[in-house]
Amino acid sequence: MNKNIVEKIWDAHLINETPGQSSVCAIDFAFLHEVTSAQAFQTLKERNIEIMFPHQCIATIDHSIPTRKNRTEIYDSAAKNQVELLRQNAKNNAIPFYDFESGYQGIVHVIGPELGITQPGMTLICGDSHTATHGAFGTLAFGVGTSELSHVLASGCLLLNKPKVMKVEFCGKMQKGVFAKDLIMKLIAQIGIGGGTGFIIEYTGKVIQEMSMEERMTICNMSIECGAKAGLISPDTTTYQYLLQRPFAPSEDHWENLVNYWNSFKSDENCEYDTEVIVNIQEMEPMVTWGTNPAQAIEISKEIPEQTEISQNEKIMYEKALDYMNLKGGMKMGDIPIDWAFIGSCTNGRIEDLRICAKIIQNKKVHPSVTLFIVPGSEGVMQQAKKEGLDKIFIDAGADFRMPGCSLCLGMNDDKVPAGKRCISSTNRNFVGRQGTGSFTHLASPATVIASAIEGKISSPKKYF
Amino acid sequence: MESKASITGKCIPLEMSDVDTDLIIPAQYLTSVTRKGYGENLFKRLRENSPDFIFNNAKYKDAKILVTKNNFGCGSSREHAVWALKEYGIQVIIAHSFADIFAGNSLKNRLILIQLPESEIYKIIEKSKQSEYILKIDLHSTKIESKCGDIYNFKMDDFQKSCFINGFDEIDYLLSFKEKIIKFKHEQMQNNIIPKLNRTI
Repeated sequence: MNKNIVEKIWDAHLINETPGQSSVCAIDFAFLHEVTSAQAFQTLKERNIEIMFPHQCIATIDHSIPTRKNRTEIYDSAAKNQVELLRQNAKNNAIPFYDFESGYQGIVHVIGPELGITQPGMTLICGDSHTATHGAFGTLAFGVGTSELSHVLASGCLLLNKPKVMKVEFCGKMQKGVFAKDLIMKLIAQIGIGGGTGFIIEYTGKVIQEMSMEERMTICNMSIECGAKAGLISPDTTTYQYLLQRPFAPSEDHWENLVNYWNSFKSDENCEYDTEVIVNIQEMEPMVTWGTNPAQAIEISKEIPEQTEISQNEKIMYEKALDYMNLKGGMKMGDIPIDWAFIGSCTNGRIEDLRICAKIIQNKKVHPSVTLFIVPGSEGVMQQAKKEGLDKIFIDAGADFRMPGCSLCLGMNDDKVPAGKRCISSTNRNFVGRQGTGSFTHLASPATVIASAIEGKISSPKKYF
Repeated sequence: MESKASITGKCIPLEMSDVDTDLIIPAQYLTSVTRKGYGENLFKRLRENSPDFIFNNAKYKDAKILVTKNNFGCGSSREHAVWALKEYGIQVIIAHSFADIFAGNSLKNRLILIQLPESEIYKIIEKSKQSEYILKIDLHSTKIESKCGDIYNFKMDDFQKSCFINGFDEIDYLLSFKEKIIKFKHEQMQNNIIPKLNRTI
């Protein structure tokens, strides 16, 4: 029988199946960070259970740490305690821990791929919904809560139900100034914030095959924003080229065997899916959100939809969203002034994102009324950016080039957008108060964020290409 | 262990769809390293900024049942959202649909989730808004009864039902497969098919 990639990974990890019960599935790797792991370690400690496979875990700090230059001094005592506890838990349990200045510290979803830990055909979890990012490698990767994290630490397994699979294909040619971020935002706007609930998405087709690994990670990263548990892409030569010579990628002795093994996970031709979605990208413009969830997004040249265009059911949410955002139906997105701009996060804090931004802002200035934060996703990204002189370009333009971390994506560290201020952001969520209580967020691609930072209002990056 | 076959309590109507976990418990309250202390920050932003927010209404104090619309719990995987709801006193959530990871986290903390059709959700919300609406939820018969005689039937598979009623120790269950798991992981190691952060394992 022809199988899709999810069925193949599922079959390869099944430890036990009992009718009427969830299946026991092997989890190959767990990524840990400071926010969701402490209670999982505590559970095991209380029950006197040892971590079964400590070297199939890595831990780093990303969410609650500062991104200023002297970031090792954490002023918030709760955050400081949280970081210190993870350090201790990792040490006591022999889990590799990437601390400040280790060269490897960063957002878990940036460092996993960068270090070559994320590999095709694996199962991978983290206590963070954007674990879906790793799906770009043909990895079945998904976010879990703290209880499930404790299950994986204790047993290397999880109890799971066989997932349904949705096939998504982008059709058409990508226009200049349109990026992977715009495509995934278009999908979410099309199927809605709950449109992927109950599914894992496989992204297929020529547009995806032609994408770089960075672009694929951006696509998979936001799968959770339409409710999908995970998103993934069959591995191919682009995947293998990216992995080659990464610190934890297979050695040359095993390379060919591994490539054969990885190829065995590609979806078979004519395999079946539970549902299929096609997204037409032929004439599309860059996307931007106007509301308070990622599905409330439109093409940048368009006006905020009037409420007559939506169903009665959505009306209350629509009005609440516009009211919060201090906007009105019919307003042109391109006219909205901004106060803040942010490049970073597990969605768009990778080196390719910084290169695109540097190319646009080189020899230009950030608009005087805008604060622009550029936060590399990892120490690796930061070092590479410095090597290429990107940091200098950003600093010369008037941006704040900061240390790696989640930063302004979720406002649980020192970085917050002040109340009443409007931010255009390369992140994944525009929920109410996400970037700071009372702040407004517009999601967009890094190119759109930079174009907007230069012009002081939401702006299409098309003219820069 | 406490039995959860039946719960009777007041309903609090949260007339919203797509309630995300950032709303349920904002990120800034996630720096605690225990499972406690989240209840007081449940829906913190809405409670602070909107005096007419339903959780600020004294009428609904001590409600055990939250009734809401579509896609409740979307967004982050933070289990803190479930801890906050439970600590506040919510034991059951009735909605038209739930986000996947939130539903998994709820099951693990014995927060009962019940899915009903939109028309019934509408009815429960309206009745809860008008006057005190007390519901009795019976997991054995998968039936909800109101004091005034309304009946709503819901579905729940036997495994889930048993988890809610009796509790289920997933760690013990998973560890009962220890031999099989170790054999599987050793084969992976021998075949070099997962990355080795420490080559000695």
